[in-house]
Amino acid sequence: MSVQAFDFEKPIMELEERLGDLRRRAEEGDERAKERLARAEAELDRTRRDVYNKLTPWERVLFARHKDRPRAFDYIKALTTEFVELHGDRGFADDKAVICGTARFQGSPVVVIGQQKGKDTKENVTRNFGMMHPEGYRKALRMMRLAEKFGMPILVFIDTPGAFPGVGAEERGQAEAIARNMQEMFGLRVPIIALVIGEGASGGALGVGLADRVLMLENAWYCVISPEGCAAILWKEGSMAPRAAEALKLTASDLLSLGVIDAIVPEPLGGAHRHPGETFANVEKALVEHLKGIQDLSEAELLQKRFDKYRQMGTFREI
Amino acid sequence: MRWFRRPTPQFITIQPPTQRERIGKDLWNKCDTCGAITRTKDFVANWKVCPKCNRHERLDALERLDLLLDEGSFEETDADLVSGDPLKFVDSKPYPERVEATRKKTGQNDAIVTGRGTIGEVPVAIAAMDFPFMGGSMGCVVGEKVARVMEMAIHEERVCITISSTGGARMQEGILSLMQLAKTSIMCKLLQENRVPFLSILADPSTAGVMASFASLGDLVISEPGAYVGFAGRRVIEQTIRQTLPDNFQTAEFVQQHGFIDLVVHRHEMRGKLITLLRQMRHLPAAEFDEEGEQHRINTPSPKPAEAPAKAKKKAVQSDSRKS
Repeated sequence: MSVQAFDFEKPIMELEERLGDLRRRAEEGDERAKERLARAEAELDRTRRDVYNKLTPWERVLFARHKDRPRAFDYIKALTTEFVELHGDRGFADDKAVICGTARFQGSPVVVIGQQKGKDTKENVTRNFGMMHPEGYRKALRMMRLAEKFGMPILVFIDTPGAFPGVGAEERGQAEAIARNMQEMFGLRVPIIALVIGEGASGGALGVGLADRVLMLENAWYCVISPEGCAAILWKEGSMAPRAAEALKLTASDLLSLGVIDAIVPEPLGGAHRHPGETFANVEKALVEHLKGIQDLSEAELLQKRFDKYRQMGTFREI
Repeated sequence: MRWFRRPTPQFITIQPPTQRERIGKDLWNKCDTCGAITRTKDFVANWKVCPKCNRHERLDALERLDLLLDEGSFEETDADLVSGDPLKFVDSKPYPERVEATRKKTGQNDAIVTGRGTIGEVPVAIAAMDFPFMGGSMGCVVGEKVARVMEMAIHEERVCITISSTGGARMQEGILSLMQLAKTSIMCKLLQENRVPFLSILADPSTAGVMASFASLGDLVISEPGAYVGFAGRRVIEQTIRQTLPDNFQTAEFVQQHGFIDLVVHRHEMRGKLITLLRQMRHLPAAEFDEEGEQHRINTPSPKPAEAPAKAKKKAVQSDSRKS
């Protein structure tokens, strides 16, 4: 396996190497190697569980950013058929940081919207590392309006390090585009499901992420600010990011207990980047289940539930 | 040669105080832009606008309400909401301690003051953000109070007005702060559906999470001159594009040029402009003005005990007679 490993995965990598070695020797007829094989396998299994079940928030952030992690388009290809990509915001440009189009999910027509990071430097430049401009948010909104017109549910895949901070983005109203999207998504009379597959950075994510059901992959993160940004502001030092990740409560299980997301989609041990196939299957199962939960609601019920969901978010005391 | 050696000094030279130190902070105010020095009393009477360069100094929430509302019409709502600590957030000190300290310092319970009142006799539901309270940041309390003020506007048929002065969402409440963007934005949709007029006023600074939600969604977006208005912070953009940005980048005037602000209105004319607009929106006859023309439209700032220290009293009497 040539998947890039992090420091905290070293014990596993070492054991895997040793196991490979033992297997080879066992095949060559080495009796002692055969005896040790079973023990080594058990040890690897235990170590894997030890490491992957106890990932710190920061380690999960690293997983969420892993360069081999499946991207939005991978999910679209794996889970839908007949995907037709549609382009442009009808105002300014076609933002390549977001992929939109119509497709079939489980045979039924849907509109899919996915924030797309690149697999390599070249694609990342094209995709602007998944950081959308205002025209991206407006393109997404245009597609959602199409979905409403044609009565198709909307599936959103969230994966962005943030809305793009740049001159053009400011000139064309980044803040307004995000605000407008949330306002309008609230009124859409079709079911919306959003799934955070990697990074869910602040307004950049929420600008396409207001939904009836919000799901999150086990190793994704979603927060009001990136750990680096938080560390830079509070501790004046980017290197405090792991501590900020801890403090911000940005993991899927944190968000589930805070009532911000509806469900966690489990990832196989080792993360989505090591086992994309199983991850796609888990995602499919979750999407089917949650779509079923909202598909048969009347428009009025759907909107009322969406309103209640967001209206009650937050905690405060009355003195 | 011992007697050539410099003896230990018996006296030390006292440096003259720098100009800033010499200017008693309570008595005099120095403009950060043009350096003009104004008597604090006059500066406050001028609604903290520099008489030389027109720089609009930040006002706190109560001053803003004082500036805009008909005298004595304000009735505060939901003053008793205070922050929880959903994340158990700790940086250099625990978040609840930080909130407590800020509450003591500012006398506010959170970064926003909401309530009902009238402007030019038009009933309004109004929310003013308080920058001194943790940078006017929006956490759960601010989000909830904005939502409630909008609900009040709908139920009591008032015009909704928000005045933003904020650095954005409050980091210490994490994802729940982010959810306030969603909460306030969906309330804007309800205002739209109920045909409730919504005016969003921007003051320095209006950025990030608040701009990316209700503050951008006003039927009209009105700003004070020179206010810093934008989504991403200037430093973040400079680091991203590795260039220095022009001075006027992300000013209210710049944003207006790009089509996202309806009006840039001087602080002294804000109340008059609101009266005109509100009465038009409500199909009321035009406001009548007295012989002095526009002068009467400007409120006088309410005296604050804290801002008039005993020492300043003598001079204060003189400046009282001066018309602003």
